[in-house]
Amino acid sequence: MSATLSVDRREFLKLGVAGTGGLLLGFYLPTRAGDAQAAAAAVKLNAWVHVGTDDVVTLFIHKAEMGQGTVTSLSMLLAEELECDWTKIRTEFPGVDRAFGPSQGVFGSQSIRSSWTPLRQAGAAARQMLIQAAAAKWGVDPSACRPERSVVVNTTTNARLTYGALAEAAGQLPVPAPPALKDPSRFTLIGTSAKRLDTPSKIDGTAAFGIDVRLPAMLHAVVSRCPVFGGKPATVNDTKAKLVPGVKRVVTISSGVAVVAENTWAAMEGRRALDIQWDEGPNASLSSASLTKLFADLAAQPGAEARRVGDAPAALASAAKKIEAVFEVPFLAHAPMEPLNCTADVKADSCDVWASTQGQSAARQVAARVTGLDPEKVNVHTLYMGGGFGRRTASDYIGEAVEISKAIGAPVKLTWSRIDDTQHDMYRPASYVRFAGGVDADGWPVAWTARIACPAFTGPRPGVDRAAVEGAADIAYGIPNILVEYHNPDARIPTHYWRSVGYSQNTFFTECFLDELAALGGKDPLEVRKRLLAGQPRMAAALALAAEKAGWGTALPAGRARGLSVVNNIGSFTAQVAEVSMANGAVRVHRVVCAVDCGYVVNPAIVRQQITSGVIYGLSAALKGAITINRGRVQEASFSDYDVIRMAEAPVVDVHIVPSTNPPGGIGEASVPGIAPAVANAVFALTGKRVRRLPIQTETLS
Amino acid sequence: MAFEFTLNGKRQTADVPGEMPLLWVLRDTLGLTGTKFGCGLAECGACTVHLDGRAVKSCSVSIANAAGKRVTTIEGLSADRSHPVQRAWMEEDVPQCGYCQSGQIMAAAALLARTPHPTDADIDQAMRGNICRCGTYDAIRRAIHRAASDERGSGPDRRKAGPDPVVRSELGVVEQQS
Repeated sequence: MSATLSVDRREFLKLGVAGTGGLLLGFYLPTRAGDAQAAAAAVKLNAWVHVGTDDVVTLFIHKAEMGQGTVTSLSMLLAEELECDWTKIRTEFPGVDRAFGPSQGVFGSQSIRSSWTPLRQAGAAARQMLIQAAAAKWGVDPSACRPERSVVVNTTTNARLTYGALAEAAGQLPVPAPPALKDPSRFTLIGTSAKRLDTPSKIDGTAAFGIDVRLPAMLHAVVSRCPVFGGKPATVNDTKAKLVPGVKRVVTISSGVAVVAENTWAAMEGRRALDIQWDEGPNASLSSASLTKLFADLAAQPGAEARRVGDAPAALASAAKKIEAVFEVPFLAHAPMEPLNCTADVKADSCDVWASTQGQSAARQVAARVTGLDPEKVNVHTLYMGGGFGRRTASDYIGEAVEISKAIGAPVKLTWSRIDDTQHDMYRPASYVRFAGGVDADGWPVAWTARIACPAFTGPRPGVDRAAVEGAADIAYGIPNILVEYHNPDARIPTHYWRSVGYSQNTFFTECFLDELAALGGKDPLEVRKRLLAGQPRMAAALALAAEKAGWGTALPAGRARGLSVVNNIGSFTAQVAEVSMANGAVRVHRVVCAVDCGYVVNPAIVRQQITSGVIYGLSAALKGAITINRGRVQEASFSDYDVIRMAEAPVVDVHIVPSTNPPGGIGEASVPGIAPAVANAVFALTGKRVRRLPIQTETLS
Repeated sequence: MAFEFTLNGKRQTADVPGEMPLLWVLRDTLGLTGTKFGCGLAECGACTVHLDGRAVKSCSVSIANAAGKRVTTIEGLSADRSHPVQRAWMEEDVPQCGYCQSGQIMAAAALLARTPHPTDADIDQAMRGNICRCGTYDAIRRAIHRAASDERGSGPDRRKAGPDPVVRSELGVVEQQS
């Protein structure tokens, strides 16, 4: 896709980002890679490169950093073509604007995928303009000029001009047509494990997260919400709360009762002193048991068709051997380290919002709705996120802060406690799957049916929720007869995207049930996959590499076993082999070998970080994660009962990257889906017991 | 009432209720936001600081209990990211989202002050209260080992990049305690 390049400053200045002199080059970045429709309609610029007279290069881009390394990788893409000192690139996340498209934010592991071509083109165009400016000054042909680390060198005279010295003149030149990009064989930065640019500020306490925002005269708030989803306050007695030192105001907002104070702790103490009678509403009798029954009853009935290949029921009827199995996973909280928070300053004619958010556009929309202001009057300031994992694509907490600021007429920082975060999350939906499968007389799978009952990720909607069936409806295995059906239960529990979305559960289901079919046919799990992935060379290659590096099939010490999985999500291909043992009734994962084909690799160190990160995140869910409901309430409260993997439990993750010249795939969510099935399959190899429910219940294994 | 303590080598007073947690005095009253709120229940370690050289969860230490003591936060570990633990964190490029890292670094610095050459088991034990949701544990482990070998070194590089005098004396006291 070609970039739209321009030096039009008006659009840039409208966004309120500083633009003083120098070379300013705007370009268009799609929200999603391959979003051709958006590219065709791209009349507005939505990203800028600025070369200052002080040599500083600034990238204004509508992304955000939540640990995935975006700031670093994007700077590398730009610098590769701009030929600048890349460590001097500053990245600014400009305020949200309609110009950025309808869904500005970071999600779906899209940052590198959508920036890969346009960002390099912008760098190349800026470089060409700087060279042209130098050539004009020297009165030579541009071919006699060579760019080198923020300097243009006259190859005849060895004279040198810095980018800063050329920036003004270059800024007056017309923008060239999108220039040819470097052949990857000439890359000097892309493909290297360059150090992250955000590390220094993250080891000395200076990195500014959303929760670190401080404004003059800012107050602090917490909100008391009904423990039952959908409930409302019936009566509120705030007499004692108002007596707590530091408490300023108590205001009722749409989600509950807000206590506003001089500091966060006083607000929390004030909340503790509130006396609220809740109208718990219609959901007060919900329980995990009642939801499981709802799901199971639905899964007993035919559902909406999500995938059909051949005639699975007939193939099943005539299969040499068949097997049925039911799999289940619970609701999951996101549990980012930085509790949700938002600072809002609502005035008569403007609203400013400071937030660590993955969804800037959604933040603006909710602020405009709450204030009644035109969206153009809402400024969203993006800060570092202390983890996102999908939770921060929602904007419930932003709406709350805006409501409170509007009610009290002052800037306010709303902070969620850890307990708020656990009990009022928008959860990864629970899911229940009824599988049946059959093998032929030679033991190869010939029939596969799956009936899924899973609440839609983003609320009830008619038809098949693609997110709820991704990873199940699109299994890549060449099984001749497949039928996948879907039910959308009205669970009345808020749900939302969770790192790797539907794959987070469906890959567990499918990769475990495939192992069951392999065992039914008397086949090795690797052997079956190789055969069924004959038409999927990239998955097959990742699988082969992981198996080779893990020594699949070789002997292990007594008491250890391996399991494997492979998945294709977010445009990448990831295979894992987990090595486990059991001790004191607990599953211990010693080592995970992961092979990933994520296309062209911008920064291998960041790829390794993200693969390791995804494994640990997925392992927390596989071994420990469960949100349970009783009397309409979430039972878990904090890390004591919603525990996660700690240092001593973290396996060594051995990452192997499949060399590739394909365009980059995503990486932030690549390794989350495959860890649970790899571990579950290893547990079967070790114990002979199938794991069909997460988190793994060790008491059923002994 | 006013409580007095030593904060990053300087005398500090805070006129707040005695039961107010040190975490919130640091963050909201004094504006030192490098120390993070993660759970408020001493379950995650994001708020770890040093109290008289010992790693503590500042969410669960009242200002009254910090009175008269020496408090060191991430901002006071060094003036220029030169503490051996910070240097090792840079070398290993440990942080991802970075939110838990102030607490991880403070816990690691206290461990190394007490146990200059920790084993993996020592690290597991000392760091078990510090959660990282990005899963940087392996990088943290490598960085702690790297910092331990850095402290063994005594070349000019070590002197040049050593902690500032205030922090050096802080570490000195810690070393005497162990």
